[in-house]
Amino acid sequence: MNDQAQILPGTLDLLILRAVSLGPLHGYGILLRIGQISGNALLIEQGALYPGLFRLVRQGLLKANWGTSENNRHAKFYELTTAGRKRLREETDNWNRLATAIASALAVQPEEV
Amino acid sequence: MKLLDSLRFRIAALFRRSETNAEIEEELRAHIQHRADDLERSGLARAVAERRARIEFGGHERYKEESREALGGSFIETLIQDVRFSLRLLRRSPGFAIVAVLTLALAIGANAVVFSALNGLILRPLNVPQAESLYGIERASDKDPSQSYPDYVELRDRNRSLDGLAAFNVNQVGLDTGENASRAWVYEVSGNYFDVLDIQPYLGRFFHASDEHGSDSAPYIVLSYAYWHTHFRDDHSVVGRTVQLDKHPFTIVGVAPPGFRGTLLIFSPALFVPMIDQEQLDGVNLLNARGDRWVMSVFGHLKTGVTPAQAIADLKSIGSYLEKAYPKDEAHMSFALARPSLLGDQVAEPVRAFVTGLMLLAALILLAACANLGSLFAARAADRSREVALRLALGAGRLRILRQLFTEAVLISLMGGAAGLWGSVILLGRLTVWNPFPQFPTYAPVSPDAYVYLAALLLSLASGFLFGAVPVKQVLRTDPYQVIKSGWTGPIGGNIGRRISARDLLLGVQIAICAVLVTSSIVAVRGLMRSLHSNFGFDPRNAMLVNTDVTMAGYRGDAVPGMQKRMIEAMETIPGVKSVGLVGQYPPLWAGLNNEIVFADKTTDLRPANAAADAGLYSISPDYFQAAGAALLSGRTFTWHDDKDSPRVAVVNREFAHRIFGSVTNAMDGYYKMRDGTRIQVVGIVEDGKYGSLTEDPTLAMFLPIPQSPSSESYMVVRSIRDPQQLAADIRSKLRDLDAGLPSYIQTWNEAMNGALLAPRMATIALGVLGAMGGMLSIVGIFGMAAHSVSKRLKELGIRIALGARRKEVLRTALGRAFKLLAFGSAAGLVLGILASRVLALVVYQATPRDPLVLAGAVLAMFLLGLLATWIPAQRALSVDPLILLREE
Repeated sequence: MNDQAQILPGTLDLLILRAVSLGPLHGYGILLRIGQISGNALLIEQGALYPGLFRLVRQGLLKANWGTSENNRHAKFYELTTAGRKRLREETDNWNRLATAIASALAVQPEEV
Repeated sequence: MKLLDSLRFRIAALFRRSETNAEIEEELRAHIQHRADDLERSGLARAVAERRARIEFGGHERYKEESREALGGSFIETLIQDVRFSLRLLRRSPGFAIVAVLTLALAIGANAVVFSALNGLILRPLNVPQAESLYGIERASDKDPSQSYPDYVELRDRNRSLDGLAAFNVNQVGLDTGENASRAWVYEVSGNYFDVLDIQPYLGRFFHASDEHGSDSAPYIVLSYAYWHTHFRDDHSVVGRTVQLDKHPFTIVGVAPPGFRGTLLIFSPALFVPMIDQEQLDGVNLLNARGDRWVMSVFGHLKTGVTPAQAIADLKSIGSYLEKAYPKDEAHMSFALARPSLLGDQVAEPVRAFVTGLMLLAALILLAACANLGSLFAARAADRSREVALRLALGAGRLRILRQLFTEAVLISLMGGAAGLWGSVILLGRLTVWNPFPQFPTYAPVSPDAYVYLAALLLSLASGFLFGAVPVKQVLRTDPYQVIKSGWTGPIGGNIGRRISARDLLLGVQIAICAVLVTSSIVAVRGLMRSLHSNFGFDPRNAMLVNTDVTMAGYRGDAVPGMQKRMIEAMETIPGVKSVGLVGQYPPLWAGLNNEIVFADKTTDLRPANAAADAGLYSISPDYFQAAGAALLSGRTFTWHDDKDSPRVAVVNREFAHRIFGSVTNAMDGYYKMRDGTRIQVVGIVEDGKYGSLTEDPTLAMFLPIPQSPSSESYMVVRSIRDPQQLAADIRSKLRDLDAGLPSYIQTWNEAMNGALLAPRMATIALGVLGAMGGMLSIVGIFGMAAHSVSKRLKELGIRIALGARRKEVLRTALGRAFKLLAFGSAAGLVLGILASRVLALVVYQATPRDPLVLAGAVLAMFLLGLLATWIPAQRALSVDPLILLREE
C-alpha cells in the first residue's frame, strides 16, 4: 500500500531520543520530527509513541514540562536529560556498528568468499 | 537501590493514580488536537479532521493503559482490578465457587494436618539449646538405643567425641506426698542430665553429677513444670519439701522450665530422679548388671569439629574394647548415631516412613484436587470463550486475560487454603490433647507453628497456579474472529467426542489416584478387621488387667512373690471371677517384647554370639494360661511349688519348641540354658501367639514361674463376665483391704490392646479419611465433566430425542465418555492400589489386596461413585425437551 517500513522493535526509543536531542518537543512534534528526519520512510502508529515516551521518562532519560505549543495549545514538552544524552550517544554507536556489519554482510559477493 | 526506587515510584504512582490518569488523558487529547489542527489546515472540516485524527491515533484505551503501565504503579492497580472482577465472577456462579473452595479446603486441610505431624514428629527438634548437635547412641546391628548401666558409664568416660553423655530411663513410681499414694511417671536420669542438655531450672536447682556418691546416694526430685502446675498448684514453697517415692524419702530440689517435656517427643514425665537411686525404685540393683540393657537411651552433644562418622569410629573402638574385656556380656558393640527424640531409629524409622507415606498420599489428594479444579477451570474458560474473544477483539492483551484467570485461580486457592487451615487447626487442637493411652503421659506434639502456616500458604499458591495453568493454552489459541463469527462456544479445538483432550487425561489421572486411595483404604479396613479377629494366643475379651508394682508399697525381695500371691487369692474371692492369673512386667501385645537370649543345652561357651535364639520372656503365676485363655498343647502348667527352691522349669510356645528342639515331642522334658548358665526344663507347650506386635513373624516365647523369675511390676488377668465397672470397683476395694498404700491401674484387656492396635488403627483412619476425600473428589470431577458435556450438547441431544432416539442411546451420547474415563481410571487405580498395598502390609496386619472382598469392594465403590456423580447430569440429559430447546435458539 505504501513504501513505509515497519520500524524494528527497540528502535523507537532511539528515534525518540534523536528527535528530542534537536530541541524540546511535544508528543505530536516528536512524531513529525521523526517523519521529517527519516524522510517519512518509517511507519509508526501514533498512539504507540506514548508508552515508549513514558518508559524513557521513567528511566530518567527524558524530562517533561507542560508548556504552550505553537498552536497555542496546552502540551507537554520533552527534552533530554544528561543520562539521555549519554544513552543516545551509546545507542547511536551501537546502531552504526550493527548497521555497518549487516550492510557489509549483505554486500558480500560470491567471489569474495 | 534501583529496586527500592522503582518500588517507591510504583507506590507513589498508585497514590497519584487519578492524577496520572488525567495527565495521560490530557496529553493524548493534546496530540489528537494537534493532528486535527494539521488536518484542518490541509482543508478538512474540523469535525472530519478530529475523527480522522482519532482513527490515526489507533487504540486510544489500549495506549492509555500501556502508558500507565510504562509509568509504573499499574501492577497493584491491575491486581486490585482483577481481584474485583474475579470476585464478581465468582459471586455470579456460587456453585462453582463453593465446590472449588471446598475441594481445596479439604485437600489443603489434609495436607496441613499431615504436615503438622511431619513437622512435630520429624522436622522439629527437641526443645533444648543446640538440639541440632544432640545425638543418641544406638546399636548399629538392631538400632536398639538401650544400654546397660556399666556400658553407659564406660561410653561416658571413654569417648572423646561427645560433650558429656547423659542417660535416662522411663519408670513408674508410687508418689506419696502425705495424702494417698499415686502413680507417677518418672525419668530416671544420669546426674549430668540437665547439664548436658544445658537447661536452667524454673525454680530451685537441678541435681548434678557431683551429687552422685554411689547407689541410692542422691534422694532428690526435680518436678516437671506441668506436674508442679497441676499437682502442686504452682506452690513455690514446694522446693525443699520431702515426699515418699516407693516408700523412700526424696527431697524436691527444683522445677524444670515450662517448655521442657523431657527428651522423648511424645512421652513427658511427671518428675526426674537420679538414676543412681535405681535400686530404691526398682527393688533390685541393676547398676552393676553389665548384660542387662535397661537404660532406655543415652545421648550427648557432638563436640564442635567432630563429624558423626568420627564419633561412630570413636564409639566403635570403645565397643571392641568392651567385647574383649567382657566376652560373656557384650556382643554387637558397634554403634550408630540417631536423633534421641523418638528413641532412636527403631521407633523413628517406621514413624518416619508412615508419616512420609501419608504426606505422599495427601500430596496425591492435592494433586487430584488440582486436576479436578483444572478441568473445572478449563470448562469455565470454554464457557467464557465468547467473553474472552470479545475482550481480545477490543484490544485486550492475551497476557492481561491470563493474568485475570490466574488471579481468579489464586483467589480461590487462597480462600480454600484459609478454610482448610482453619479446619486443620481445630482438628490439630483436638489431636494435641487427645491421649490414646490413658495410662501413659503421651502427648502428640502436632500443634501448628509458623512452618505449618507457611506450608499451607505455599501449597495454596502452588495449587492455584497449577490449576490456573490448565486453561492457558485454550486462551492463547482463542481466535476472536472465529468465535464471534460462528457464535461457537465449545472447547477450543472442537474436540468433543473425538480425540483425548488434556482435560480428559487429567480427569482420568485423577480418577486413578482416587481409585488408589479407595483401594488402599479398603485394604486397610479389611486388614484391621482381620487383625481384630485373629488369634492372639490369648483372649482379651471378658478380662480385666490390674497393673501394680508392689515396690511402690515398699515390698522388697522375698516379700514380692508373697504379696503377689496374696493379691491373686484376694481376686479369686470376688464373686463372678472365673480365674485369676498374673504376668510379670507386662502382658503380650502391650509394650513390646522383653527379649532374652537362650542357648541350647549342649552349649558351654555362653557368649551372646553363640546364642540359639532370642525369646520373649514372661514370668507367670500358675493360673495365667487359664485366665488369659491360652491353650496348653501338652505337658503341665506351673504350681506354687515351682518356687525358688525347686528345679527351674518353663512352659514354651510351639515356635520355641520347633526352633530350639526341632519338635514338640523333643521339647517336652528337654533342657535349654539361660544367659547365666541356668538349665531350664521344659514342662509344657503352649499355643503360639502375638507378643510384640500384630504384624510380627512367629516369635519364640518362654513362660517361667514368677517365684523363679521375680518381677515386682505385674499385671493380674482377672477373667469374669461381670460388668467391667462394677468388677473394677470390687477389685479396687479388695486391693485396698490388702494394702491401702499400693497404687493400681485397672482397665479391660481390650482397652489395653488399644496400644498394640494404635498403629493399624491410625493407618486405617488416615487411609479411610484420605480414601473418602479421594472418593469425594472423583464425584466432583466426574460430575463436573458429565454436567459440562451434557450442557454443551443439550441441543444435539434435543434433536436426537426429537428424531426418536431411545433413552439408552441418549445416555450413551451424553455420558459415554464420562463412563469410559471412569472405567479406565478405576482399572488403572485398582492395579496401582493393589501394588501400593504391599507397602501397607508392613503396618496393617494381614493387609492383603488379593482378597476378593477387597477387589469387589473397590469396584463397587468406584461404580457407586460413578453412579452418584453422573445421576444428575443423566437425569438432565433424559429430560431434555426438544421443543423448548429448539425454540430457544
